[in-house]
Amino acid sequence: MEIPYTVDARPDTGLYNAKLGIWLFLASEVMLFGGLFSGYVLLRTGAADWPSGWERLGVPLAAFNTVILIASSVSMVLSRRALKIGQLAKGRGWMVATAGLAAVFLAVKIYEYREHLHAGDVPARDNFFATYYTLTGIHALHVLGGIVVMAYLAGPGAAMWTRQRQRYANRVETVALYWYFVDLVWLVLFPALYLL
Amino acid sequence: MVHAAPQTAPSGFWRRCVFSQDHKVVGIQYAVTGLLFLFVGFVLMTIMRWQLAHPGQPIPFIGGWLGPSRAAQGIMLPEFYNALGAMHGTIMVFLGVVPLGVGGFGNFLIPLQIGAPDMAFPKLNMASYWLYVAGGVIMLASFFVPGGTAQSGWTSYPPLAIVNQGGQTYWLVGMLFLITSSLLGSVNVITTVVQMRAPGLTFMRLPFFVWAQLVANFLLLLAFPPLEAAAVFQLMDRVAGTSFFLPTGLVVSGKVLATAGGGNPLLWQHLFWFLAHPEVYVLILPAMGIVAEIIANNTRKPLFGYTAKVCSVLAIGFLSFAVWAHHMYITGMGTTMSSFFQTTTIIISVPSIVILTCLFLSLWGASIRFTTPMLFALAFLPMFGLGGLTGLPLGMAPPALHLHDTYYVIAHFHYIVAPGTIFALFAGIYHWYPKATGRRMSEVLGRIHFAGTFVCMNLIFMPMFIQGLAGMNRRLYDGGAQYAINHDVLGLHLLISRSAWVMGLVQLVFIVNFFWSLRSGARVGDNPWDATTLEWAAASPPGHGNFATAPAVYRGPYEYSVPGASRDFTPQFQADVS
Repeated sequence: MEIPYTVDARPDTGLYNAKLGIWLFLASEVMLFGGLFSGYVLLRTGAADWPSGWERLGVPLAAFNTVILIASSVSMVLSRRALKIGQLAKGRGWMVATAGLAAVFLAVKIYEYREHLHAGDVPARDNFFATYYTLTGIHALHVLGGIVVMAYLAGPGAAMWTRQRQRYANRVETVALYWYFVDLVWLVLFPALYLL
Repeated sequence: MVHAAPQTAPSGFWRRCVFSQDHKVVGIQYAVTGLLFLFVGFVLMTIMRWQLAHPGQPIPFIGGWLGPSRAAQGIMLPEFYNALGAMHGTIMVFLGVVPLGVGGFGNFLIPLQIGAPDMAFPKLNMASYWLYVAGGVIMLASFFVPGGTAQSGWTSYPPLAIVNQGGQTYWLVGMLFLITSSLLGSVNVITTVVQMRAPGLTFMRLPFFVWAQLVANFLLLLAFPPLEAAAVFQLMDRVAGTSFFLPTGLVVSGKVLATAGGGNPLLWQHLFWFLAHPEVYVLILPAMGIVAEIIANNTRKPLFGYTAKVCSVLAIGFLSFAVWAHHMYITGMGTTMSSFFQTTTIIISVPSIVILTCLFLSLWGASIRFTTPMLFALAFLPMFGLGGLTGLPLGMAPPALHLHDTYYVIAHFHYIVAPGTIFALFAGIYHWYPKATGRRMSEVLGRIHFAGTFVCMNLIFMPMFIQGLAGMNRRLYDGGAQYAINHDVLGLHLLISRSAWVMGLVQLVFIVNFFWSLRSGARVGDNPWDATTLEWAAASPPGHGNFATAPAVYRGPYEYSVPGASRDFTPQFQADVS
């Protein structure tokens, strides 16, 4: 049985199925992080005193992480571009680079968590750390999910390239859309949690 | 459009019936599992009704079997009563009605009604079903953990839900599974409707059922994630000791709680109702869609006001995101907020009434076929009307102060969901059973089932309006006997409980009919009801890939009794009127 529009775009909507699917998924992700963020805003505005992020958290490390994540978006763009002009090896290379940068981000994040936990800044300490761990933790899970999918596409998943080139390019495109979104969330979280 | 070459169904029992990716199998799996959970939820309520009708007396038959942690010497403990109430609501809404209405009917019918070979993402479809099963198993497992299952109502309001012992953590984890399941399902349904409509099937030619499902799935997609956020917060509060929902200086059992504090219990209520009010429309919209299909088919007339109904269903979708705090009038959130939310609440009642009025007007001048599905569909109209109209006083802050948390509220929303939505779901089962199995259900048993259920439903819920108006609160372990104010209406508990038990027996007729008809029901052809929509172009039951040849659509969904046509129905897939 053949499902229509798995590879080519439907003429009247201009989308292939997975592209619409990933946009819908991202819409729900907006609502998820919107819910988390509104919790943060409500608790912070309602609190008697709430420390500024830079008093409690290490800004330089997080700034470094921000640069890493932006760089990973750039390498993702380069991967898609290479695949578009038919260069599989280059495309895979940039995808590995993206996953690698994401792994660096996670490693730094884990280091930060460890430092805080050793200093006694556990989630239960106050609502500042409760929101910090919860929001960045859920974001980190999204980064981890991205790494798994990118590793698959750069590794065994790339076998699809030989027989269904367009379908493989579509897969990379949907992962890229997801990855830009994950980066975007960090670009909101970083100033909100660390700088304000 | 690329279309099916000769189709081969996957072989082997496991791939075909258990881990199937065929939308029809997944739909039937959803429907049967949903019916099972409806039954479980109903049984919990029948046990609870014993305590309300005969407070403090040993539960007959099963009292000893429940064990000392639930019923001491057969007498129900208050904790168990709370658990039954919480799990009845949770199971009915999240594991029963929504999976049956959206997962079951949606999965089975949407690809058929839009002329598609399957859902857009068949693997995702299978995954969403199994995530739902996992969530359900986790919920049920919580009955057997020390301390018992969740006991803080289906709304899980903190701080109670956080400081309570027992299975609340299971409730939260189970909920995360259910949210993920419905997220995958809604992405799938929306993509399918947008991308996979057959040639000629424009949006304004979609059956109303598909429109209703489309909007319901948008609500699931966008309203569930904030509850996911809230569930994560509450999980952190329970597991990691944070204070998202715990205010400073909270006193529990005479002692100040040793947490950081600074949290806000109202935050949970906002995030919860941001989902749970749209969820009400997720419960009712598929039901409206089912009823619309059945009414058009059995009145042999076009539906009255198709365009008005489509616009109304879209309006409901948008507005349902702006009414949630009408559940929170007595929380002290302030009169400005209350004014805003009572305005939006009254506005959203307009499109709901438009849809209901159109359905009523569709009956005008028709020669109605009183089949079993039509009886249930017809009963839906006044029952949903009653539920809707009794909701208006609750939508206004001043009367809500009196009525909030009374039996009036229970009666109101049950009229919408039980004799409303569940009647529509029964109607749908009787109507599409021939398509799913190739056989008809027994009309005689169907009528007995309908008459018994209709009478009992009203005997259960009508007296609750009286109790609630008299001021009787809900969620009381002894049914309210401790308060003198309730004594005049206390006797009604007995009538309600007995009606509930009789209704349970009446459902046995349905269960017998369901299984007996699988083997012995009358065989039917492709289009036993002389209907117009695309699912009736497929075989009964449809094969793998649904249609033998790719269908094309030439007309709107409800072309019944077209002047000049030789038959009183002109299917969407028929090229010329003759």
